[in-house]
Amino acid sequence: MTAPPPSNNRFPFRLGLSVAAVLIALSLPLLLPLFQVTLLVNILIFAIVVTGLVLLTGILGLTSFGQAAFMGVGAYATAVMTTQLGWNPWLSLPVSLLVTGLIAWFLGLLTLRMQGHYLPLATIAWGISLFYVFGNTPALGGFTGLTDIPPISVFGLELTSPRTFAYLALVCLGLVALGAQFLLSSRTGRAMRALRGGPLVAEAFGVSAFGLRVQVFVLAALMAALAGWLYAHSQRFVNPTPFGLQAGIEYLFMAVVGGSQHVWGGLLGAGLITQIREQLRDILPGLLGQQGNFEVIVFGALVILVLQFARQGLWPLLERLLPQEGIRILPEREKLVPRSKPAPGTPLLSVQNAVKQFGGLRAVGDVSFDLNAGEILGLIGPNGAGKSTMFNLITGVNPATSGQVTFMGQDISRRSAGQIHRLGLSRTFQHVKVLPDLTLLENTMMGGYARGKAGIIRSLLHLERGEEAALQHEALRQLERVGLGAGAFTLAGNLALGQQRVLEIARALVADPTLLLLDEPAAGLRYGEKVELVTLLKKLRDEGVTILLVEHDMDLVMGLVDRLVVMNYGEKLAEGSPQQVRENADVREAYLGVDMEEEGAA
Amino acid sequence: MTSNLLEVRDLHTRYGRVEALSGVSLDVPAGHIVSVIGANGAGKTTLMNSVMGILPSTGELLYEGQPLRGVPLETRVARGISLVPERRDLFASMSVADNLTLGAYSRRQQKWRGDLDHVYERFPRLLERRKQLAGTLSGGEQQMLAIGRALMGKPRLLLLDEPSLGLAPLIVRDILRIIKTLQSEGVTVLLVEQNARASLAISDSGYVLETGEVKLSGPARELAQNPELTASYLGG
Amino acid sequence: MQIFDPTIFPILAADGLTNGAVYALLALALVLVFAVTRVIFIPQGEFVVFGTLTLASLQLGRTPGTLWLVLVLLGIAAAMEAFSLVRSGQTRRGLLTVGIAALLGIGIWALTGWLAPLKAPLWVQVILTLGLVAPLGPLLYRVVYQPLQNATVLVLLIASVALHLVLTGLALVFFGPEGSRTPAFFEGNLTLGQVTLSWQSILVIVASAALMLGLYLFFERTMPGKALRATAVNRLGARLVGISPSSAGMLTFTLAALIGALGGVLIGPSVAVTYDSGFLIGLKGFVGAIIGGLVSYPLAAGGAILVGLIESFASFSLSAWKEVIVFTLILPVLLWRSLTTRHIPEDEE
Repeated sequence: MTAPPPSNNRFPFRLGLSVAAVLIALSLPLLLPLFQVTLLVNILIFAIVVTGLVLLTGILGLTSFGQAAFMGVGAYATAVMTTQLGWNPWLSLPVSLLVTGLIAWFLGLLTLRMQGHYLPLATIAWGISLFYVFGNTPALGGFTGLTDIPPISVFGLELTSPRTFAYLALVCLGLVALGAQFLLSSRTGRAMRALRGGPLVAEAFGVSAFGLRVQVFVLAALMAALAGWLYAHSQRFVNPTPFGLQAGIEYLFMAVVGGSQHVWGGLLGAGLITQIREQLRDILPGLLGQQGNFEVIVFGALVILVLQFARQGLWPLLERLLPQEGIRILPEREKLVPRSKPAPGTPLLSVQNAVKQFGGLRAVGDVSFDLNAGEILGLIGPNGAGKSTMFNLITGVNPATSGQVTFMGQDISRRSAGQIHRLGLSRTFQHVKVLPDLTLLENTMMGGYARGKAGIIRSLLHLERGEEAALQHEALRQLERVGLGAGAFTLAGNLALGQQRVLEIARALVADPTLLLLDEPAAGLRYGEKVELVTLLKKLRDEGVTILLVEHDMDLVMGLVDRLVVMNYGEKLAEGSPQQVRENADVREAYLGVDMEEEGAA
Repeated sequence: MTSNLLEVRDLHTRYGRVEALSGVSLDVPAGHIVSVIGANGAGKTTLMNSVMGILPSTGELLYEGQPLRGVPLETRVARGISLVPERRDLFASMSVADNLTLGAYSRRQQKWRGDLDHVYERFPRLLERRKQLAGTLSGGEQQMLAIGRALMGKPRLLLLDEPSLGLAPLIVRDILRIIKTLQSEGVTVLLVEQNARASLAISDSGYVLETGEVKLSGPARELAQNPELTASYLGG
Repeated sequence: MQIFDPTIFPILAADGLTNGAVYALLALALVLVFAVTRVIFIPQGEFVVFGTLTLASLQLGRTPGTLWLVLVLLGIAAAMEAFSLVRSGQTRRGLLTVGIAALLGIGIWALTGWLAPLKAPLWVQVILTLGLVAPLGPLLYRVVYQPLQNATVLVLLIASVALHLVLTGLALVFFGPEGSRTPAFFEGNLTLGQVTLSWQSILVIVASAALMLGLYLFFERTMPGKALRATAVNRLGARLVGISPSSAGMLTFTLAALIGALGGVLIGPSVAVTYDSGFLIGLKGFVGAIIGGLVSYPLAAGGAILVGLIESFASFSLSAWKEVIVFTLILPVLLWRSLTTRHIPEDEE
């Protein structure tokens, strides 16, 4: 039995808040004084850019200072097409998006392979470069820019007043924010969150890290381009200044101050920073007795304080006051197609003469063993024996220097982790890697990534609900199977270590694996937790799951496995049944250590 | 009755919500070698890091009768506690000689040159390789360098985290023999090992750690004979 | 092409080399700061600006705004230090810290207030400039970065960008929007056959080289220098021999500020520095630092000199596009760097 989602009873309240927010947003352009409406239009446009940045930086973890430049591409593209070619703004919109998308795609291919801090530095570089390109190209009007951009018409009504334009901006922001929320609650959104902590988990479940990064990068650029299009037609002229690096920095600040991991945080940040800027522009010059761009002093200090005291931004502090939104369980219409499994006894995995060399160190030296379907094989050995290296070599994390690994009849020695996963291999991690801020259900669903098909576009449009429902129910079944069904809607971070390891097993099982690889599942577990783990693994064995177990704890392994391979100093020390291995003198020495008494003779 | 150089009372250490040490107590008498043995994940390294102040912990740590609460890692080093960590944490792209010199960083006086010669006497291999980069040494030599670097700080209490890890049996014996000679020079040693039999052979007393708790303890000789120890290592 | 004209080429090359030498100094500072503290120090160029403009203020007999910044930061840093000391029960040391900071502040204030209107000889003003800008390094480290010590590189980078904005804004408040030049240290030229070099350029190149040599000796021969290298190589290892990351960070930032201020004093006579020049100057040092992968000092210095040369030739033939060229150049370099940096899987022992 699955527990009912705890959110159902509270949902209407949250819905009520949302309706109220929409109503207030719709009435603001009519109620505010005109200069405030102009400000509101700018906030809405900036919030669209920041929403893209939330996806890119907050969720995916790629910091960009270059969003203003993409906004500039969108703005200049529509400016050129409407003023020089005389196009209708509605016609120039798709072309602006296309141009920006292509430039972003090209820059993404070039820069998204960069790791860590190299990427933000690259965004600074192209942010500056594009600014000077705008300013130095005569066809774009140089530093004075382009003027006389026509207004946008909707059903014959020209949006020349900020009050009418605000509604267009509101609709655009609404669609963008809704799409972003849809994306975050989808298979792609989960993959994005998994990728944030590093590619290891995401790739182990079949996510193409680079491909996903490029997609989200282009998406964020398109959002910036849409904002640029709006900006050009609301200001009716463009020049390079609002698209320079300083603006790019300010967009990132909006995300950081508001809360870069939340779509509403982006809106909050855009509103806050824009409002503060307006106020400071009135106050500071008088205070300092001269004219200038002084508000940056306050922005900079504000960001430093936010980083020091509320690194998640301000939205999470607000959200604590709101009722929590739960996950809705969708009705299951279709089931995921199970994988056809090889008959018990057929050869499944074969490691032949595997060698792994790290510089001068031979971490694995000429190790061979086989594993048949339906079997539980234990790979054991003391610390530093090379077990983890062997594990990485089978899973494609760190391929072998020489030798061959065959899985399901295919040579996987040079395949990527994702390709190997799609062949039917699923794994857990020695150092538990679950997303603590997501529920058990969402964590488990991550394991089914390779069984879904919906891409970023279907996710944005919420068209993948059938597949999502199938994944939800499969994840609930697997949580039930490992005994975590009752807590499916609690956060993974609240679990004890032992339960987190079991959660990883459920996540691996959602992939419907032919072979389950467990990396030291008992490390750090208490006695009671170990007993529960053994019971679970025995149950899985009886259900016919093939398991390769890398383990240190002999107690746990002995009663569970069919066969053991013992490694020491990177080589195979022994192989055989638990009983044979237990009686092996070499194994005893490897585990209990050298006998100091012998040294008297030496 | 020897006095305790280090007393650990009801030590708790957690990583987030996961408790890695739940109420560990042990005594390290001055001039003794004390072993802490246990399987992977039992909390041995956590114990060392908590004593050193790398990880925050609750409970009581008394060094020379003074509480260590709130004392930063660097000050603990200056007071004579040295840790040789499991990963050794050498300065890989610096020379062997520089690594050893830096070992004396926390000492105010400049009298460490004599100690450098003393370390070279103890580890002649390091003298041969003094100009080589630390990262190019073999595993055993790196372990010697890590111990040598710690000794340059003139520690009263030396914490050794798995000095035998990844080393061939012959080298393990060398390292353990050197630890024994340190004791005769007045250094108190807290030794964490998986290599149960060998470490108990050079120790005065021992503790067996299991999932963050002390399961067995006693004089080293008695502990080495304890059938429960063998069982917990090789499976019952 | 015209730039290869024998009368023009040497002038451009000398120009490029002079600027390149200063960029190289900045590149070294950036590599040092990143290696020791993991901070990508975008505001490095602001130290240059503060260096030039502080000296320019002193030339006019004005009290530079730098003084107020030092005093305010000193106050905040002392308060933060005292607060953490009092909270850990060391009330007396906390009060002592505040007392010492107050004395120090009064000393700096009195000295600057006395010297500034005197229009002292140039070398006295240079020393005062260095004495005012160098303390900004450790103070900013204490106030901005030390509370973020455990943050990721990306968080530290965002903090750096924020700090850059603060310092640019403050420079505008202190020194106004106009650019300033400082007088040359030496007048006249040295002619060697076809090539004519100004003594000023030679001074810049020689001073930069001397500073690099000094840094080399500091890192190779002295215990504090080795301690900084050790922290860069292995942070935990360094802590285990008793090197505290905070004191290493303070020392590093002191060096960075000193190098920046010296760079500002050196280029002051040849470049009109405005309050917002720091970003572009610093970023050019950055291109060099990135060519060195943010780890190699010689590569960083070489790369920075190359940037100076490219910029000099580009400004002659394609002056409007010189920034585009310099910053587009960084993209392939970044790509090459990130592909050749070995990616360490973050998991497993």
